[in-house]
Amino acid sequence: MSARAEICWVSGPVLRARCEGAFALREAISVGPLGLLGEVVRIEGEEIMAQVYEDTTGLKPGVEVRGSGLPLSIELGPALLGGMYDGLLRPLGGPDTAFVRAGASFGRGHVVAAFEPAVKPGDALSAGMIVGTARVGDGPLQKVLCPPDMAGECLWVAAAGLLADDALLVRLRGADGIEHGFAMRQRWPVRTPRPVARRLPAEAPLVTGQRILDTLFPVALGGRAAIPGGFGTGKTVLLEALARGCEADVIVYLGCGERGNEIAGVLEEFPELEDPRSGRPLMQRTVIIANTSNMPVAAREASIYSAVTVAEWFRDQGLNVALMADSTSRWAEALREVSGRFGELPGEGGYPAYLASRLADFYERAALVETLSGARGSVTLIGAISPPSGDFSEPVTSHTKRYVRAFWTLDVKRAQARFYPAVHPLMSYSEDAARFRAFWAGQGADDWWALRQRFLALLEEQARLERMARIIGKDALPPRQQLTLLQAEIFNEAFLRQSAFSAVDRIATPARQAAMLRLLARWMDLAEAALAEGATLAALAAVPSLRALARMGEEIGNQELQGFEALRERVEAEHTGLADKHQGGDDAGTAAG
Amino acid sequence: MRAPLLVEHAATKLDGPLLFLKRTVEAALGDAVEVRGRDGHARLGRIVALDDQALTIEVLESSAGLDLPSTVVRFRGEPLSFALGPGILGRVFNGVGQVIDGGPPIAASEHRAIDGLPMNPVARALPRDFIETGVSAIDVMNSLVRGQKLPIFSGGGLPHDRLAIDVARHARLRGAGGDFAIVFCGIGLPYDSAEAFRSALEASGALERTALFLNLASDSSTQRLLTPRYALTAAEYLAFVEGKHVLAILTDMTNYCEALREVSSSKGEMPSRKGFPGYLYSDLATLYERAGCLRGHPGTLTQLSILTMPADDIAHPIPDLTGYITEGQIVLSRELDRRGVRPPVAVLPSLSRLAKDGTGGKYTHPDHPALASQLYAAYARAVQTRVLASVVGEDGLAEADRRYLAFGRRFEQDFVHQDGPRTLEESMDAGWRLLAELPRNELTRLSDAQIAAHLA
Repeated sequence: MSARAEICWVSGPVLRARCEGAFALREAISVGPLGLLGEVVRIEGEEIMAQVYEDTTGLKPGVEVRGSGLPLSIELGPALLGGMYDGLLRPLGGPDTAFVRAGASFGRGHVVAAFEPAVKPGDALSAGMIVGTARVGDGPLQKVLCPPDMAGECLWVAAAGLLADDALLVRLRGADGIEHGFAMRQRWPVRTPRPVARRLPAEAPLVTGQRILDTLFPVALGGRAAIPGGFGTGKTVLLEALARGCEADVIVYLGCGERGNEIAGVLEEFPELEDPRSGRPLMQRTVIIANTSNMPVAAREASIYSAVTVAEWFRDQGLNVALMADSTSRWAEALREVSGRFGELPGEGGYPAYLASRLADFYERAALVETLSGARGSVTLIGAISPPSGDFSEPVTSHTKRYVRAFWTLDVKRAQARFYPAVHPLMSYSEDAARFRAFWAGQGADDWWALRQRFLALLEEQARLERMARIIGKDALPPRQQLTLLQAEIFNEAFLRQSAFSAVDRIATPARQAAMLRLLARWMDLAEAALAEGATLAALAAVPSLRALARMGEEIGNQELQGFEALRERVEAEHTGLADKHQGGDDAGTAAG
Repeated sequence: MRAPLLVEHAATKLDGPLLFLKRTVEAALGDAVEVRGRDGHARLGRIVALDDQALTIEVLESSAGLDLPSTVVRFRGEPLSFALGPGILGRVFNGVGQVIDGGPPIAASEHRAIDGLPMNPVARALPRDFIETGVSAIDVMNSLVRGQKLPIFSGGGLPHDRLAIDVARHARLRGAGGDFAIVFCGIGLPYDSAEAFRSALEASGALERTALFLNLASDSSTQRLLTPRYALTAAEYLAFVEGKHVLAILTDMTNYCEALREVSSSKGEMPSRKGFPGYLYSDLATLYERAGCLRGHPGTLTQLSILTMPADDIAHPIPDLTGYITEGQIVLSRELDRRGVRPPVAVLPSLSRLAKDGTGGKYTHPDHPALASQLYAAYARAVQTRVLASVVGEDGLAEADRRYLAFGRRFEQDFVHQDGPRTLEESMDAGWRLLAELPRNELTRLSDAQIAAHLA
């Protein structure tokens, strides 16, 4: 049934071939003696056009192309967690793989998993239903599902025990009377979303452990967020911080057209770190898909679909999955490059006209769902964007903006002062924030919304006053406005700045965030009251505990919330009677104890 | 059909560096060829496009003097490769890997394809070994580590050459020595700059540890596309076969990109930003990503490439795309240069992404990262205050702001500017001295213990 063709033209990652027999659009093909993987993207009479996912050096006219009869698919299974894969989910690694050669077979071989059946012969199996559990080594327990495109009466199921992941697991007879079988390892076409029972509305945030995101611009569990930023603004560092700290069950980390050394960094760091939720090594909840910038460009285009298909695979087991894509701009550029080679008419910025719909297809696969087996699962998508010249009006940024509900803009000025995360509070937004009041109330912070509004207003006011100060000078502002500037400065330093590399401050729990917010609000009240009673601004700025406030994220950890109480008492003590002193704290140079 | 080695009377069109042939042989994309014209001179070329009727050859030397009837093409049947062996150090090559110093040819122990292969990200080791360059603005603020690719973003007339030479001359690993080599790759370089590099390396005695690859401004632009590939192939050989610590200096990447644009447009490809081809990012990545460390290999490959920003514009596609690929950038400033700051490193837009992995307790000094962060915060505030002062005047500023202004001036004059190389300790001391002049209460990036230890 597989069709054949002969190459008549090659250019970079794309080729044209004259075919005998029928190829289908989006059919996977195998090219040449090395069996390079490719995909049919256009059919014109006797000719097909295809993109090839590996280096095409050495291909020439006359070389054979074979069809597979199947759409481009990847293999999913219980052995995915903790692994590292290329853009088509083939394992990267094994012996003698210092360099990636085209056509090198990274056969996955068998992986043995401990299987525990949950069904027996005679049971009616529905699509997507749980048929058992599997565990690889000491990894987490995973569910094994009936493939979403199969259903029927169970005829046979493998006994409990160790089993190869590609061995027959279940035989069933479908409604049409034909027998089918499946294994733990299953194939799924990457461009087809896996089916669900229904989509559910967002209700809770994905807790990221990053203060500026959780408190000011939260993303929903099953939501979509984008991080645009020019080079050097900290997109990758922020994404990695999210991968380390966010409260998801599974992280899919996609390095799409980015640096090899970054992947090396993740690989070195993640096995060492602990998952804050399960206590297991962080690597055991992580799947890394890497197509570095010098790897074949067409595979970069496919990698984003592979990654989201993996995310859906775990979602269907009833898990919350977060997918970090770094960077969607590189994916869009791969799309542009392949499109250009086919001679398609370019649209805005040279990108093909279908860029917007492809972006929409991708982001639409984020959701909070009821799975076919009745469980709740979610896929949250977080995509970095690398706009050329840091220009946010370019097509990828502007189209993405229409599909995401949280937008975290990274600011060059902040990054240059090494103020990380460099998320600009006035250029970022979250459309879902108001839905999460109940969540925060459940965390014991029913004042979260009011505090959030207060601090957002403070930042807005700061920007206005700074514009004014630039004209008339800061000293010419009335004391109340100068105090606002001081408050905003401390809020930025104490709350919005958070080091991704500090052992204490890497992750901030919602409880700690709320404690910090309250303490800052308390200090603002005290300072405003003291000013009203006649304290000078110099005295207010010289209160020694301001330094402790600014450094509290670094000093007081998630498990030491009573530390904020102690600091509050100190702040209160240092503000009492401030107005009565003739001159408060003439030397600002004394270090706080 | 057996492939004849030589093809005559097949040329159909000549267009700049491109030669179009009727396809009468079985040749593959990327294969190397030799093109011989009426003058008998053999020019290197490679196949850049082919279909079942025609093939396109990119001639890598001047195509002047070629004609259609008498051009003979010899097919090598394999991609361009570089014959490498022990003894390439101390030698000078042209842009396509041919010896031009009058010495004997290289005794080759292996042939490596010049395009290289992508390093498997799983096989990479994270670069961690701090390199002391002797430059404070790099060592303290934007530390360089072995296996990193850190470009210098410069402008015409700025002393980037001198900075690169200083780094090449002083770069050392703290503690252990290791076998060190330099690969210098001049792309479209004027003769005098190339000569200045050569004599500076010679004067410092580094020349015998250096392999020079020179594509001069007068050489053909197609060749410019290959020069860094030959040089990096040699660098990979030195690093991963001979086990040396290689510093590859590539200058000037802007010339490379210009050549890429020129060749792309003569191929009739769809232009993208500023006329550069849409694949400029992927193409640059195939060069820059050839840096790093491999697990189980003693050698490392560090890249220091220099590019001159057209019109000093950091948003221009060349620096922009480079910055997205490399692990940071060192930016030189014309304003600092005019004020006599040497080296004129603009600290704020500069960045080393790998500094976090190679600094701190185990690698340099436990307080190094905090010092760098605090200097950044204070200098950023100084620069911000400077903008304010330019409108309202220095007298309109508050006392605290005036202190920051003074800090900013001293930071540039006493820390960034240096008359000779400094050790890391000397650089850090200079940094602490500057911070000592700021109010302790505002040094929020330092812990109380750090303040007590260094600013008491």
